[in-house]
Amino acid sequence: MDGSETAINIMVGTIRAGTPLVFAGLGELIAEKAGVLNLGVEGMMLVGAVTGFAVTVLTGNPYLGAVAAIGAGMLMSLIFGGLTQFLLTNQVATGLALTIFGVGLSAFVGLSYIGTPIQGLQPVAIPLLSQIPIVGPLLFNHDLLIYVSFALFAVVSWFMFKTRAGLILRAVGESHDAAHAIGYSVVKIRLLAIVFGGGMAGLAGGYLSLVYTPQWAENMTAGRGWIALALVVFATWRPARVLIGAYLFGGITILSLHVQAAGDAVTNAMSVFPEPIGRWLLVIINSSHLLATLPYLATVVVLALISRDATKIRLNAPASLGRPFHPGA
Amino acid sequence: MTAAQLELTGITKQYPGVLANDHIDLAIASGEVHALLGENGAGKSTLVKIIYGVVRADEGEILWNGEPVRITSPSQARSLGIGMVFQHFNLFETLTVAENISLGIDEDHDLKQLTSEIEEISTKYGLPINPHQHVHALSVGERQRVEIIRCLVQDPKVLIMDEPTSVLTPQEVEKLFETLRRLSSEGCSILYISHKLDEIQALCDRATVLRHGKVTATCSPKQETPKSLAEMMIGSELPVCKRIAQKRDSEVRLVVRDLSIPSPDPHGTDLRNINVTVHRGEVLGIAGVAGNGQKEFMAALNGELMDSVTGRIELNGAELSKVGPAERRTKGLAFVPEERLGRGAVPDMSLANNALLTGYLNGMLNNGFIDFDRVRAYATEIRERFDVRSAGIDAEARSLSGGNLQKFIMGREIMMDPQLLVLGHPTWGVDVGAATTIHQEIVDLAAKGTSVVVASEDLDELFEICDSIVVIAEGRLSPVKRTSETNVEEVGLWMSGQFEADEGEVGHAA
Amino acid sequence: MLLRLEPRQFTSKRMQYASPLIAAVLTLIAGVILFSALGTDPVVALHTFFVRPLTSLYGVGEWALKATPLLLCAIGLSVGFRGNVWNIGAEGQLTMGAVCGSGVALAFWGDEGPWLLPLMLFVGVLGGMAWGAIPSMLKNRFNANEILTSLMLSYVAIQILGYLVHGPWRDPEGFNFPQTRIFGDDGILPVLLEGTRLHLGAVLAVICTIIVWIFMSRTFQGFKVSVAGQAPAAAAYAGYSRKKVILLSFLVSGGLAGLAGIVEIAGTINQLQPIISPGYGFAAIIVAFLGRLHPLGIFFASLLMSLMYLGGEQLQIHLNLPLAVTGVFQGLLLFFVLGSDVLVRYRIRLISQPKEA
Repeated sequence: MDGSETAINIMVGTIRAGTPLVFAGLGELIAEKAGVLNLGVEGMMLVGAVTGFAVTVLTGNPYLGAVAAIGAGMLMSLIFGGLTQFLLTNQVATGLALTIFGVGLSAFVGLSYIGTPIQGLQPVAIPLLSQIPIVGPLLFNHDLLIYVSFALFAVVSWFMFKTRAGLILRAVGESHDAAHAIGYSVVKIRLLAIVFGGGMAGLAGGYLSLVYTPQWAENMTAGRGWIALALVVFATWRPARVLIGAYLFGGITILSLHVQAAGDAVTNAMSVFPEPIGRWLLVIINSSHLLATLPYLATVVVLALISRDATKIRLNAPASLGRPFHPGA
Repeated sequence: MTAAQLELTGITKQYPGVLANDHIDLAIASGEVHALLGENGAGKSTLVKIIYGVVRADEGEILWNGEPVRITSPSQARSLGIGMVFQHFNLFETLTVAENISLGIDEDHDLKQLTSEIEEISTKYGLPINPHQHVHALSVGERQRVEIIRCLVQDPKVLIMDEPTSVLTPQEVEKLFETLRRLSSEGCSILYISHKLDEIQALCDRATVLRHGKVTATCSPKQETPKSLAEMMIGSELPVCKRIAQKRDSEVRLVVRDLSIPSPDPHGTDLRNINVTVHRGEVLGIAGVAGNGQKEFMAALNGELMDSVTGRIELNGAELSKVGPAERRTKGLAFVPEERLGRGAVPDMSLANNALLTGYLNGMLNNGFIDFDRVRAYATEIRERFDVRSAGIDAEARSLSGGNLQKFIMGREIMMDPQLLVLGHPTWGVDVGAATTIHQEIVDLAAKGTSVVVASEDLDELFEICDSIVVIAEGRLSPVKRTSETNVEEVGLWMSGQFEADEGEVGHAA
Repeated sequence: MLLRLEPRQFTSKRMQYASPLIAAVLTLIAGVILFSALGTDPVVALHTFFVRPLTSLYGVGEWALKATPLLLCAIGLSVGFRGNVWNIGAEGQLTMGAVCGSGVALAFWGDEGPWLLPLMLFVGVLGGMAWGAIPSMLKNRFNANEILTSLMLSYVAIQILGYLVHGPWRDPEGFNFPQTRIFGDDGILPVLLEGTRLHLGAVLAVICTIIVWIFMSRTFQGFKVSVAGQAPAAAAYAGYSRKKVILLSFLVSGGLAGLAGIVEIAGTINQLQPIISPGYGFAAIIVAFLGRLHPLGIFFASLLMSLMYLGGEQLQIHLNLPLAVTGVFQGLLLFFVLGSDVLVRYRIRLISQPKEA
């Protein structure tokens, strides 16, 4: 009983930890499918987080906060969109700038909110369904945004592969010159994709400050925006794999927390390993700092493993990704 | 003659530094096949882009059935009844044929119904295609069919074809002409853009000739001679390069044996068991439809494709298949790639720095430091010897015209005094004057003993300058034939892959 | 009427120099708007931000002091950026340089000599190089995106630093504060100017800048990096190894960031702490772009960026404005730099719509 409860807790925690990555990852996926590489996810998430938090403090309504987080992310992405689509700036540099700007701006805006308590989003149990053993607590007893993240996954998958608009989006991402010559407005389509990505990144940040923690702290995203970017590559630009990857990383985060809490049991378990390795593992487990490196290291390792197959990446990556488009000639 | 289906008056378009179209008048009657003739840079592409709504004219008027219209977008052009087949296909490789065609249709439609419509048109006009196939799996000829069907499903009144034959075998050209004649007999007007005089004479009812952005003549091509058409197009007679009759040299220079390389590009062509021998002073032409492995073969000769190579590449007996481009250059190999800007030259760098790019072996380095005086002298010498017209050697590569940049790159490689010069489509996008200079340069170089391998999609060019010809199709190489012992028909047949591959002249011992 | 971008036939040399200035002016204007919105007199605020830090000798010393790590990191990054190699993990390489160099100082603590400082600097450089070599090897061997890996490794490096100062390297006599011992005199860079904290590191930074300048403009290897960045296909055609450019870029930028880290510790902080950099490694990205990836430009840009850090502190002290203003300014500046760069290759034209046909 106790064990299964812990297991369910870990799985629910995994979903919660993975949800910001689902939002940010799916948003970026759409942008990249249109051929835009926006490295500003981290910055958009932070501004979304602080805006959502501030609006919640001011209005007392976390749902308004979540909407504000989306709006803030969209505004941020418009800066990126304007620069890259109209002034044809380098997408890599502009995305970095957006992150640097977002870090500064969110710290600036959030100064007076550090330590302010809020009532975050509360779980909404779905009648009947939430009563089912195991599946109920796992899937049907969440805050509203998690349901939204499930729906978003469904909508993004359907949009990309079943709708004409999705077909056009993919076409633009593959060859902007061909799409332009046939008569599609590459800039307009890309701007829409960028803004969608921005909104979702903002919501991802909002989820952190409104549900996950719920509080505001400087740089609270702690690299999740970058992990979301890496996720899109892991997923070879497919929504289902973004979802799986997000929960995988959520799981690593949660496990590293639980490992420390488990104490003696883990210490004993480590004695299984031959001598120096067991001791090293104990060092890692006993340091919250070293445990915190695990999601980042996992990202690096998985990225290397997936990218190894260059052909696969090239087959799946939108061919125009990151390339500027000027309709002049 | 019936009333004009499409009429242009006074069309003018100014680009920075070029007046691309200068008060152009053009009228196309219903059902007429109308040629737009002119050499590279004459303004043909700009004009058709204006008609198709991709580019807007600065001045001028377009009349459709006598009514003035403003065409502001391709979708508006399509809704009027104008279809266009681009020279550079606008297709999406990862999508299916049906999806590609669907993207070119503005009205609401059902993909299933469209699929059956595609099959219908495909049989009716002799354009076989499978609508469910992904475009990356198609040959270039098939891709063109997709482009044509994309236009035909919308029942066009005017069909624009931009240099359609450059990607086809001679036999495929014949089939295309049948399709076009059939369309014209059904009342569809065709605007046919080309610089190939024989095609225009074979196909077109009337021709409008452009030179330097202006209309120089309107004529009936069947009543003209190639000579008179050429004069209208370039202002003088077509120049020909002078070949010195050569006896075959038996000294073997390049031997490629059993060379196989998988393409690193998932949409590329794998090279399969290639055997060929080139002798001293021989000009070997590689014919073939684009996308059959020319790019890969050139890159393999240059040493850019080195992963999973099997087989041998020998230059003057030295095995090269395991060494990179820099080392091959020291062994006497030089290469002028098809893509000038971005591969043969760095667009934003000066000509001087572009001389350094591969010319560094000619004493430009001093313990790893660059001797800039030497670099400048070298660039200056290329510029003078090869008549490169540019604003000095500090001009950026991208500011040069195609022909001048090509002369510069060729000059840079020729001044390395190579044993073997490999050329990819040396006259692509180059005006007639520069093309003749380049041909002459190749022929003269061979006369001095350099071996030349030249790939081109232009058969006329190969028959003009080559001693022998080989065809590449689907990554395989045909047997080598003396140019004098073969003809366009045979080579054309081979281009569609119908040949027994040569197992290698020197390979029989095995 | 419409604004339209028209490609220039030639890149504008004049705009290459003017565009960073345009960006600086636009940032100033944005600053005026920002301060007005915050209810602060913009003239007073801008004076406090840009002028006040430099009104004393000590202030000028601080100016050069903070410019030092920025210059070192940025000049290193500029090599990679020119080669289209995106190391954005300078912060991590800086941290590992500081950790490794400090490790030497701690290992020989109480048992040192004049040889210590050069050894610390050397090991610091190696530490940064090693940390930088990881993303380059992952890129060359596994084709892993270097932007993401170098950044992830920055987070890892900062956590490693945290682990060390909270754990094994904590000062045994430090009342449990998370910091190491203070280095002995032989482990500290000498001060250059009496009355300031300015140390020898600034000279090292200038020397490194000159070396990189010579490398990029005079050597064939530097030329290869530029070609690889501007036209990868041309580099492959000429037979320049892409992998070598990637490795070289990361070793140079990692090594210089590592030097920045150990110089910051040995010159300014004199011990390891959980936070040793206010984001110099990230700000250096802005510095590199603001300086148009040119050594001289980067030199001036690092001074401007350093002034922004000092100005932020002054605003906090004198006008009670948050330090985070600096971050906002940095981001804005980079936006304007990137945006005004378009003027180099395009001209902006006011055009009227073509007349009705």
